Amino acid sequence: MRKTDILIIGGGPAGLAAAVGAYEAGARDILILDREERLGGILKQCIHNGFGLHTFKEELTGPEYAQRFIEKVLAYQIPYQTETMVIDVSSDKVVTCVSRQNGLERIQAQAVILCMGCRERPRGSLGTPGERCPGIFTAGTAQKFTNLEGLMPGKEVVILGSGDIGLIMARRMTFLGAKVHACVELMPYSSGLKRNIVQCLDDFGIPLLLSHTVVDIHGREHLEGVTVAQVGSDLKPIPGTEKYFPCDTLLLSVGLIPENELSEMAGVKIAPSTSGAVVDEQLQTSVPGIFSAGNVLHVHDLVDFVSEEAMKAGANAWRYIRHELPQGGRKVPVEMGFGVGGIVPQFVSEDARDKVSFMFRPRNVYRNARVIVELNGEQVYAKKAMILAPGEMVNLSLPAEKLAGLKEAESILVRIEVPEA
Amino acid sequence: MYDVIIIGGGVVGCGTARELMRRKAKVLLLEKTNDICNGQSKANTAIIHGGYDAKPGTLKAKFNVLGNAMFDQLHEELDVPVQWNTSLVVSFDLGDHEALEKLLDQGIQNGVRGELRIIDEQELRRREPNVGREAKEALLVGAGGIVCPYELTEAFAENAAMNGAEFLRNAEVTRINRLDDGRWQVVSAAGTFEARAVVNAAGTYADVINNMVSARKVHIRPRRGEYYILDKKYKNAFHATMFQLPSKMGKGTLIAPTVDGTVLIGPTAEDIDDKEDKRTTAAGLEKALRQAGRTWEHIPTRGFITTFSGLRATGDTGDFILGEAEDAPLFFNCCAIESPGLSSAPAIAKWTAEQVTERLGLEENPNFDPIRKAIPKFREMTNEERQAAIAADPDFGKIVCRCETVTEAEIREAIRRPVGARDVDGVKRRTRAGMGRCQAGFCTPRTVEILAEELGISPLEVTKFGGDSKLLQGYLFEEGKHHA
Repeated sequence: MRKTDILIIGGGPAGLAAAVGAYEAGARDILILDREERLGGILKQCIHNGFGLHTFKEELTGPEYAQRFIEKVLAYQIPYQTETMVIDVSSDKVVTCVSRQNGLERIQAQAVILCMGCRERPRGSLGTPGERCPGIFTAGTAQKFTNLEGLMPGKEVVILGSGDIGLIMARRMTFLGAKVHACVELMPYSSGLKRNIVQCLDDFGIPLLLSHTVVDIHGREHLEGVTVAQVGSDLKPIPGTEKYFPCDTLLLSVGLIPENELSEMAGVKIAPSTSGAVVDEQLQTSVPGIFSAGNVLHVHDLVDFVSEEAMKAGANAWRYIRHELPQGGRKVPVEMGFGVGGIVPQFVSEDARDKVSFMFRPRNVYRNARVIVELNGEQVYAKKAMILAPGEMVNLSLPAEKLAGLKEAESILVRIEVPEA
Repeated sequence: MYDVIIIGGGVVGCGTARELMRRKAKVLLLEKTNDICNGQSKANTAIIHGGYDAKPGTLKAKFNVLGNAMFDQLHEELDVPVQWNTSLVVSFDLGDHEALEKLLDQGIQNGVRGELRIIDEQELRRREPNVGREAKEALLVGAGGIVCPYELTEAFAENAAMNGAEFLRNAEVTRINRLDDGRWQVVSAAGTFEARAVVNAAGTYADVINNMVSARKVHIRPRRGEYYILDKKYKNAFHATMFQLPSKMGKGTLIAPTVDGTVLIGPTAEDIDDKEDKRTTAAGLEKALRQAGRTWEHIPTRGFITTFSGLRATGDTGDFILGEAEDAPLFFNCCAIESPGLSSAPAIAKWTAEQVTERLGLEENPNFDPIRKAIPKFREMTNEERQAAIAADPDFGKIVCRCETVTEAEIREAIRRPVGARDVDGVKRRTRAGMGRCQAGFCTPRTVEILAEELGISPLEVTKFGGDSKLLQGYLFEEGKHHA
């Protein structure tokens, strides 16, 4: 059986950064597997700018951002295999993959880094009633058609959901000569970045209909229109508020789902709140030697944070192989208090020595709030925030000395505090 | 000049075409839409009913039991997935015991094969630990099974075509004339053809076809059923197909595992007037979920991957309408084939072919080959088989549909086979590409490319299901056209 020290599944932003992180930590026997023809993952089709402000202090397009990492991978001569699909990962880190050129291969790794990214929630999972005609695309599929294949899905567009890809596609379709009639969001707030709402909707006069949803889809052979209605606080449509929008294209941006089918095959525990692996502060999953980073771990807002996280996972995978990671010690659970959703990591080793980073998504929009971390009921950290919203992740970094009480702690609590009304 | 023209490319039409190829016969099948298996046959609960449900003495009872007994052989000959997972008809009230007894008696009278008995709550819960708290007892039907309805229909068609039957799609029949010499002239969108006999297997339109030639009018009113499909992750939630005992509350809703590992929840039953109205509705979906909640209290709604609806061809007699029309010699009806239509289809096809054979005096075809092999399914292969498959055809090394692990080789073969796929939905039914949890988000662009390549058309001409159902509206730039 072929062998490698570190095997990375996925050559998108997470996989590339994981490889770079592992190499820079000292690893030399690394292999990246990717199912597509070229490295770069979803960034290949993200031809808009706005990437890299944190990492490179400049505004890059998706392909440019990916290229920075690809060039490092090439410079470090890290091997990669594209058009190679992993079909199985075992808990003892045997990875089975298939490709045209090599057929079926089994590779024994000492450490595996899961970097498979996420997929878009389809219409079917929403149960939106109506016809099942063509003209309905997830925003990312439409983005692939326009940006990589040069094909136009349609000219009269409605967007359901205000995730970032939907917002970006609102602007993109407008640039391509389409008329975007509305962006319809079920929740009373957008799940996308504020800057995308301003730059992709407001700047083009595209209405954002909050607390609205698509309640019917019309058109037998091709999409002809959608019925949009307002929803109440129970998120159910309010009768009498229906409005018909003629359109030939409905783009869906209603959520992203981490692709953890392979992780589950390996026996990796999945956290319901992130739909990603349960990890400790080293980004190690419940299976020793298997690490997870990027959107397969939890859906990020900015690629910069994906890179940062994945570099850390890469370095830790190498430390794991070198027996330099704390192993076997007690792990303290991280609890989500008021307003906190999808926290990563879910556990912190009691003997954590470096600073510990937490990322989470606020459950709602909170103004003049404080983010608080408690250890044994005692506040060890607090940070003020003018505004918190589900579309923007909260990133906390706690110096090790703040966590001195970990040895005695039952749990770590992260919560949001809002001023009393 | 054909011996037989079959109208309708559903499971009954394609099955009849195959049965007729056992004889020396020139057969043409005309299908209205862009593909076979595009109506009732593609949108149903995919069940092989045991045969206890229909009233004794009806055609439904007779053909269900006959058809049920044919599936093992079909599995052998046509390589179609069939599983005998048993059916359980659950009652939620001990006061309904008599009704269960009645179903049991009916099953015995109908000649249902295999195990048929009432099981108590303890056994029910031992078999199906996820059954709802209200469940009291159940009728166990050992002869209850499940089948892939698309693959069955496609297998019938492929095998018929291999043995010489002709198929024309986009061939809607608009008129049928009886010529002076007694032959039938069938006018369709794909041309006018003549035949000695006609078989009407036109599904929800079988009344329209019958009424073109017979004064004995048939009326079919579609009865719509709406469904949810649950992700494969939940394939072990229930082992058996879970029926609810019909009660004052209605016929109930099923939890039906499929041979592909997904789970169907539905159907509702709503009479509608429009034969093309296959919408799902908020009210229908809500009802399906509410009713099914008695059988499965904690349906994981996060696991839904899609919803759909299908139309049952419900006639006005309550039974199938089969056989030669009294006032139209050599015009054979397969009308009002609603539930248990899929289960009965093999027997209806066989019987109809026998009727035609007798009336036309067709001879045996000694060259008939009943064997059809399925498109090799990469997802079901062992690693050794996969290695060998890729060595023989590198396209097996290219996975196009991630969720269902469908390779480029399978998609290409689905298009190249006799009566092959010609649109995205056709590829989906033949390979499962796009049927998984992402619902074709990832594989659509590549599937469109492969279809365009194989069919020799522009990607812009590729449709979801024929007609005007094009997926794409144009190239972004003029120069794109030159690359195509």
